[in-house]
Amino acid sequence: MTTERIYLFKGFERFWHWAQAALIIFMLISGFEVHGSYELLGYRRAAQLHSNAAWALIGLWIFAIFWHLTTGEWRQYIPTTEKVLAVARFYSSGIFKGEAHPYETTAQRKHNPLQRLTYLAILVLVSPLIWITGWLYLFHAEWAAWGLGGLKLEWVAWGHTIGAFLMLAFLISHVYLITTGHTIGAQLKAMVTGWEDAH
Amino acid sequence: MRRVRIRPLLALAAALALLVSHASPAQEAKSVKLGTTADHTKFKELQREFKSGPEVTQACLTCHTEAAGQIHRTKHWSWEFLNPDSQQRLGKKNVINNFCISVPSNYAFCTSCHVGYGWKDANFDFKSEQNVDCLVCHDTTGNYKKLPGLAGNVLAQDTEMPPGSGKIVKGIDLAKVAQKVGKSSRDNCGACHFFGGGGDGVKHGDMDSSLAAPDKALDVHMDASGLDFTCAACHKASSHDVAGSRYTPTAKDAKGALMRGREGDDKRNPATCTACHDLKPHKGKARLDNHAATLACQTCHIPTIARGGVATKLTWDWSTAGQLDDKGQPIIKKNAKGQVVYDSKKGDFTLGENVVPEYAWFNGDVRYTLLGDKIDAGAGVVKINALGGSPNDGKSLIWPMKVFRGSQPYDTENRTLVTPHTAGNDDTAYWKNFGWEKAVASGMQVSGAPFSGKLGFVKTEMSWPITHMVAPKEKALGCTDCHTAAGGRLAGIEGVYLPARDRNVLIDTAGWGLALLTFFGVAGHGLLRFASRRRTR
Repeated sequence: MTTERIYLFKGFERFWHWAQAALIIFMLISGFEVHGSYELLGYRRAAQLHSNAAWALIGLWIFAIFWHLTTGEWRQYIPTTEKVLAVARFYSSGIFKGEAHPYETTAQRKHNPLQRLTYLAILVLVSPLIWITGWLYLFHAEWAAWGLGGLKLEWVAWGHTIGAFLMLAFLISHVYLITTGHTIGAQLKAMVTGWEDAH
Repeated sequence: MRRVRIRPLLALAAALALLVSHASPAQEAKSVKLGTTADHTKFKELQREFKSGPEVTQACLTCHTEAAGQIHRTKHWSWEFLNPDSQQRLGKKNVINNFCISVPSNYAFCTSCHVGYGWKDANFDFKSEQNVDCLVCHDTTGNYKKLPGLAGNVLAQDTEMPPGSGKIVKGIDLAKVAQKVGKSSRDNCGACHFFGGGGDGVKHGDMDSSLAAPDKALDVHMDASGLDFTCAACHKASSHDVAGSRYTPTAKDAKGALMRGREGDDKRNPATCTACHDLKPHKGKARLDNHAATLACQTCHIPTIARGGVATKLTWDWSTAGQLDDKGQPIIKKNAKGQVVYDSKKGDFTLGENVVPEYAWFNGDVRYTLLGDKIDAGAGVVKINALGGSPNDGKSLIWPMKVFRGSQPYDTENRTLVTPHTAGNDDTAYWKNFGWEKAVASGMQVSGAPFSGKLGFVKTEMSWPITHMVAPKEKALGCTDCHTAAGGRLAGIEGVYLPARDRNVLIDTAGWGLALLTFFGVAGHGLLRFASRRRTR
């Protein structure tokens, strides 16, 4: 094995990732409190901070979208089926036999095909669901003025809740999957320092 | 040291003397600062002895020539109101309630709260100008009182009351009262509206004598040492017609604040919250303003009713009236707080202070169960007034209510509510003889309604939308009063999604299921990795 290192995650990318992670985790916690699942911060604070975090996330996304477009990093999310079966086979059996990951990470292709598909699904399905319903939630009073008088709050609430559960499931699997690098901490280290040890 | 101090003292005295000499010419111009341009003590017409209320009115009318005619057009005079929407003939004269039940046959007693003199039976002359009572609304002395049983008349001479009792009630110096008339105060309106139903705070729950001089916590607008609103500040009268009606209330005014001169605004009800506060009253707090699309302001800003120290009546069971003691005398029972909870004349009561209102969708539509209406006693509770409203009609908001529950007599054969003759010193009055059949027969005769002679008691319910005793924002309800999984204030309100109260069980089950499955999936995967790694070693 060589000790060659590649610079996988740039400074802004890491900041975006961790800030987003913190906001999403906080929004899950406060959101499920607003939903009535438990009491932690108190309804009033939970609702208030949930909204504040949403605005912060909107701001972060504006920067992130701009960054992705200007750097061309958006290409990282173009879906591919190349090696997807191999990767799937790796996680379902190869990983237990000590096999090497069939996908080689480079700075140009930092996500394996399964990651690409997952992140794309988050990007085009889960996020829009959460964003649109969340936005409507924030501007409940304006619905009539926007010509959405027929919309019901419960539909929006249901959509938002479904989005939250999907995000929670993603978060759980995401946190686990970062331990599946060539060492348990390798991927976490890469997302903290930006550098990944190639092997 | 002492000598030195004299000089400044002298200077001060000189300055004071100067001030006084300057101030005195200004004071000479006027001794009393009045809110009006007329000092009624100077009116020749009022500098005489008055033997009766109507004599005073005649004096008033010499200058205020149109006042009586204006009063004649109002509900305060006619006690009658034709609801333009439902075509129901309402007004105090016609409606039945579950407090004292009804006015007909009890005129002499009930009309002590009428703005007129001498309404003792159905023959009252509604065209009489001199029988309009100006003083009851314009007295500023607090000495003007109308006693029950006198048909709205006022005692100008010392009189034995009741006759033969030996008790002398002092006559009122009407000239003194007349010379001090002024704008209507909270006390004027309160004399009737605080004491409706037979006592302080009995009826409304949000209007009682504690509003005569409330503090800010009790009523942010009427706060006697603050904004000090009178009733008329909101219930703005034009031509003596006081705005704001409980027969056709404005449940939701989506037009926002009133503007002088804007077309149509003169026809709107000025006695609503939004008339002054508009539709987005929470400055910079959009989340709260959102709520105003669903909730009446009163819902959050009147956290409890009867919180000024005066209890309000919550239930009234007429069916237990008439119990007498061993000597055949009527009984009065009081609770630990000294409140009457049983009266042989009236039955059992319950009272409450700091009462949490009930809540309902309300669109301003009120239908009454009137004298001739068939009731279904078997169906449980008869709604004396049924409030319209639904989450989807676009006209409703969630309102706080005092729901008053009672049990009252009805004609089991004709299936109608009845109008018993209760007050009076005569042979058929229930409060004198405790005989329901006689009292109802006599009352129904005066009402001009048939009575089969067969009586029963039926449970009734009446809803009183709550709108007074508006607390300042610090005392308003908080989020978790409603946003809570169980037991919140709006627990029974349907048609609206409340975060924390509502959730879709299917989505929640599936969602938590998915999260758990994911968790177990990755945990299993991890365990397998761990186990296989040890094996490979």
